[in-house]
Amino acid sequence: MADSSISTKPLVRIVGVEKKLGRQQVLRGVNLEIREGERMVIIGRSGGGKSVLLKHIIALMQPDAGEIWFRERNLVGLNEEELVPLRKDTGMLFQNGALFDSLSVGENVAFPLREKGVRDEKLIRAEVERALKIVDLPGQGHKWPADLSGGMRKRVALARAAIAKPALMLYDEPTSGLDPVVSDSINKLMVRLGDELKMTSVIVTHDMVSAREVGDRIAMLYEGKIYCVDQPDVVLTSKDPIVYRFVNGISDASDAVF
Amino acid sequence: MAGFVEMLGARVLGMLTMSGQIVFLFQDVMRCLFRYPIRFNLLAKQIDFIGAKSVGVVIITGGFIGAVFAAQCEFQFKRLGMSSAVGPVVAIAMCRELGPVLCALMIAGRVGSAMAAELATMKITEQIDALRALAVYPTEYLIVPRFLAMLISLPILVALAIICGIGAGYFVAVHVLEVPGVYYWNNTQKFVGDKDISIGVVKGLLFSIIILLVSCNKGLQSSQGAEGVGLATTEAVVDAFICVLIANFFFTFLLNALL
Repeated sequence: MADSSISTKPLVRIVGVEKKLGRQQVLRGVNLEIREGERMVIIGRSGGGKSVLLKHIIALMQPDAGEIWFRERNLVGLNEEELVPLRKDTGMLFQNGALFDSLSVGENVAFPLREKGVRDEKLIRAEVERALKIVDLPGQGHKWPADLSGGMRKRVALARAAIAKPALMLYDEPTSGLDPVVSDSINKLMVRLGDELKMTSVIVTHDMVSAREVGDRIAMLYEGKIYCVDQPDVVLTSKDPIVYRFVNGISDASDAVF
Repeated sequence: MAGFVEMLGARVLGMLTMSGQIVFLFQDVMRCLFRYPIRFNLLAKQIDFIGAKSVGVVIITGGFIGAVFAAQCEFQFKRLGMSSAVGPVVAIAMCRELGPVLCALMIAGRVGSAMAAELATMKITEQIDALRALAVYPTEYLIVPRFLAMLISLPILVALAIICGIGAGYFVAVHVLEVPGVYYWNNTQKFVGDKDISIGVVKGLLFSIIILLVSCNKGLQSSQGAEGVGLATTEAVVDAFICVLIANFFFTFLLNALL
């Protein structure tokens, strides 16, 4: 999957990040570099800290220890207002979409453009319609988030996150809860956004099909640390027992709850 | 005994934490007011919700309180031969206490609960995180328009409640209980001054800040999913009521000395 459009220069550097939530030590010294233009897939068990790690990348959460570098700036310790300009260059697809209930679908998708200062209503309408068409929801701008199914909400959220063409896109389980056809279209869209707009992507997923199709590299988070990082073919065919069991969905005795 | 001390300590700590959060939120709102342009579309929407949509409730509250208070005053004052004092007593009570306090309580119930519930829902559904991810500062986008809308709306609603209370009081006293209208109105004009009206409106202004900060803080600090939303909503109303009533005691003395 790796191609020449991927730079060796890291866009994001995560150095020794630790995070405790309540009594649980979720991240125990995560080190990871995400290169410009690449699609990095992060896999790992549920509750293993993947979404927490993703939120650290755009400083929606602050680590207890460690550093997170976006371009030349360490995000740790910056206040919310200092983060605003940096976040203009990033987009995030939340697990449940996180659409604004008080805005229509069209207004949700237009939101990043308006925040970037675009005032030309004709241009905004055209961009919104184009974005909705890409996510296979043409002409749905007048609807309200409450009227949409989970899959539709996620696609609208994807259109909203990508419309301003950020340099870094974060996807939190983009295909969960979607049927295989829509999942495939989302996978293709992530690849297309990466290739055409040279977007760097970080994708958290449990979907191994998605990981194989989309990822330039796959990182596996295990017990709060990056257990392995490599190309999809290498990780997905690994004989390492921990990786093998996860990739092939094989539980061991300790996983049995009942 | 240890359990009681522990519970008391937890309560005190909780109150101190909430006070600190409210002070920081107020500071943040003030900073945002001078740092970011005002979002007039959101402000208009909030004025519609807080102000325009509360008019009916405030008219009913102010009107009926004024009417009942006038009737009770007349029943008691008649025995003392002081029926002519009903007008000024009703007007002063409406201006200084009943208008601002009851209006604030109605708004805390109607608007404060809605604000807390909306913000809490936005928090648990990651909409506030989505705002942050889209490079929008939540205080500036969510709280400042509500703050300004409350500041604009509540004093006007208080004035409306006062007018309705005095009007309804006049109607009941003069047309139902047959207090001479000339005495009623002349005495009202004689004893009610600008100071009484100013106290009412200034109290409305101060209560609007209290209701907004308490309600928004409860919404922003909520957790635990749907249960947290319910809890935030209930606590927002109860805490706003308590804060308004306690603050009213101190504002009464303060404003009486200052104005």
